[in-house]
Amino acid sequence: MAGVRTVRGRMMPLERDDVDTDQIMPKQFLTRVERTGYGAHVFHDWRQDPSFVFNDARFAGASVLVAGSNFGSGSSREHAVWGLLQYGFEAVVAPSFSDIFVGNCAQSGLLPVRVQHETYRALLATVEADPGAEVVVDLEDTRVDWPAGTATFDIDPMVREALLHGLDDVNLILAEEEHIVAYERRRPSWSVRVPVEGSR
Amino acid sequence: MGSTLAQKIWDQHRIGEVRGRDLLYIDLHLVHELGSQAFGGLDLRGLPVRRPEQTVATMDHNVPTGDRTLPIADPLAAKQLQVLRDNCERHGVPLFGLGSARQGIVHVIGPEAGLTQPGMAMACGDSHTATHGALGALAFGVGTSQVEHVLATQCLLLSPLRQLAVDIEGALAPGVTAKDVALAVVATVGFGGAAGHVIEYRGSTVRAMSMEGRLTLCNMSAEAGARAGLIAPDATTFSFLEGRTYAPSGDDWTAATATWARLRTDDDAEFDSVVRIDATTLEPTVTWGTTPAMSAPVSGRVPRAEETASHSQTERALAYMGLAGGERIVDLPVDRVFIGSCTNSRIEDLRAAAAVAAGQKVAAGVRAMVVPGSMPVKAQAEREGLDAVFREAGFEWREPGCSMCLGMNEDVAGPGERCASTSNRNFEGRQGAGARTHLVSPEMAAAAAVAGHFVDVREVR
Ligand code: SF4
Repeated sequence: MAGVRTVRGRMMPLERDDVDTDQIMPKQFLTRVERTGYGAHVFHDWRQDPSFVFNDARFAGASVLVAGSNFGSGSSREHAVWGLLQYGFEAVVAPSFSDIFVGNCAQSGLLPVRVQHETYRALLATVEADPGAEVVVDLEDTRVDWPAGTATFDIDPMVREALLHGLDDVNLILAEEEHIVAYERRRPSWSVRVPVEGSR
Repeated sequence: MGSTLAQKIWDQHRIGEVRGRDLLYIDLHLVHELGSQAFGGLDLRGLPVRRPEQTVATMDHNVPTGDRTLPIADPLAAKQLQVLRDNCERHGVPLFGLGSARQGIVHVIGPEAGLTQPGMAMACGDSHTATHGALGALAFGVGTSQVEHVLATQCLLLSPLRQLAVDIEGALAPGVTAKDVALAVVATVGFGGAAGHVIEYRGSTVRAMSMEGRLTLCNMSAEAGARAGLIAPDATTFSFLEGRTYAPSGDDWTAATATWARLRTDDDAEFDSVVRIDATTLEPTVTWGTTPAMSAPVSGRVPRAEETASHSQTERALAYMGLAGGERIVDLPVDRVFIGSCTNSRIEDLRAAAAVAAGQKVAAGVRAMVVPGSMPVKAQAEREGLDAVFREAGFEWREPGCSMCLGMNEDVAGPGERCASTSNRNFEGRQGAGARTHLVSPEMAAAAAVAGHFVDVREVR
């Protein structure tokens, strides 16, 4: 995963709270064993409704999704993040997110941008008045700019760090091998171990 | 200042700090068939599974629950299961797969096999991993990438947690269950209201709960949005665990229980927040909307949009649910009944539902299914004759899996069908496109199946 510093683009307004990952990536697309091919299925069920914002040509090509609070709630499926990225989103702006969703964003390079409710409202008003309006999300400065305003945003500093530098947790953890081995030696002898034989 | 239980377990597993995050050792990692991309990532890195003997896989999300002698109809599902089997074989990971006497829902098999133990740090690529906290484990639900990290390193990099105590006091009235308590917690804390927190459930109500009840309660920590939920281990925990396949035995049992007995929040520990719930006021509860926080007591009514804090959201939920607002809960008809899922598919759940169904008949036009959480639950229920009770009453008795909880297999409700479900999520389309889910306890689900509409289970028992 490459590091991300800024995202600049147009917005897609999704004025709903509690958007859960079952909506973002419905279960019928979870049987795939690959990490790709999810972009076309984002919000599949909601897109059946012609009036759904994803079907509105004015917002085609938007790279910043603006949504209500508790975005990405529910299932831990990382497929939701993959789908949003593969559809073309680079950032999601919302008043709050579910923890697991943010964790998944940090692993895949989608920016979870937590803004004050007033900022959320201002961005919705902006895109409503001008669907072509651009926002800039600056992860280095934790700031979001739109034509008529600017605000800071919240992000877990560790998530910010991971996204800015495109950190790979496995490499970071493997560098600690010595300490992991030392820890494993200290574990109680009765700690659970499941032999493969007889497990079937 | 003392420490909370969660903080103690965290500290005991903390290997160090890496760029601001804590490196935690994971004692036990549970895997299911939707995580194939994590094994794929491992292959790209050319890494083995670091501790296959601390990893256990099962097949639950997409498996058919009908006749298992038949081939799996969905080729993608069949491939996904085969990929898991291949990955487990290649990496030496024990698999409780289809055909095994231990197959079942990942959050049912852990406690049941004695794999889940007090004081553990656990991970699973599933949001309901908090279930295992019922035994005093700190159990994290993670996405696919972090499943890969655990496979590769047996560790996770995590940001520190905030601490929320949910204190539940008082005796539950007859007919009121752990499920109703869990729904009350979600309604009180809010859907997603515990984000960033680990919940410790405390109080006399929790202490009096059976292990099955505690598993139900901790399970729905996910709906409160918590990163984990847990209960301090006690005599109930130890007697549940003793003698289970992977629980320590002999001298190891003595040593383990001595350690586990110390796992409790210090009296002077401070939580970031505390929520109190009076359990004596709870009734059997039914959700009416599209988040698990949208619920009402069975004696109550569906709210009108204008009576709620968020009009537009309620309006949208009511429209999806085919409700106007103002209906009495007991007047809502049901088309489908689902008794199952990692929330309510354990033996005690099935006993409770069977007690209501015994000698009754499922109402005309209602399709009701019982899906045990695991093969051992199914076998136990059959030893007790519960399968016969359900079958005679007109319920389908099926094979273990997630089934209608998420409808990845063919177990789905149709558009507009109203389902009384013992699962944990009533999201739009969760049980099938257009399907309308009402979350309830197993007793309430069985009673609704018999009546053809919701009823107060206290009046039929
Ligand atoms: S039963 Fe439902 S909630 Fe539980 S693991 Fe399966 S799909 Fe997830």
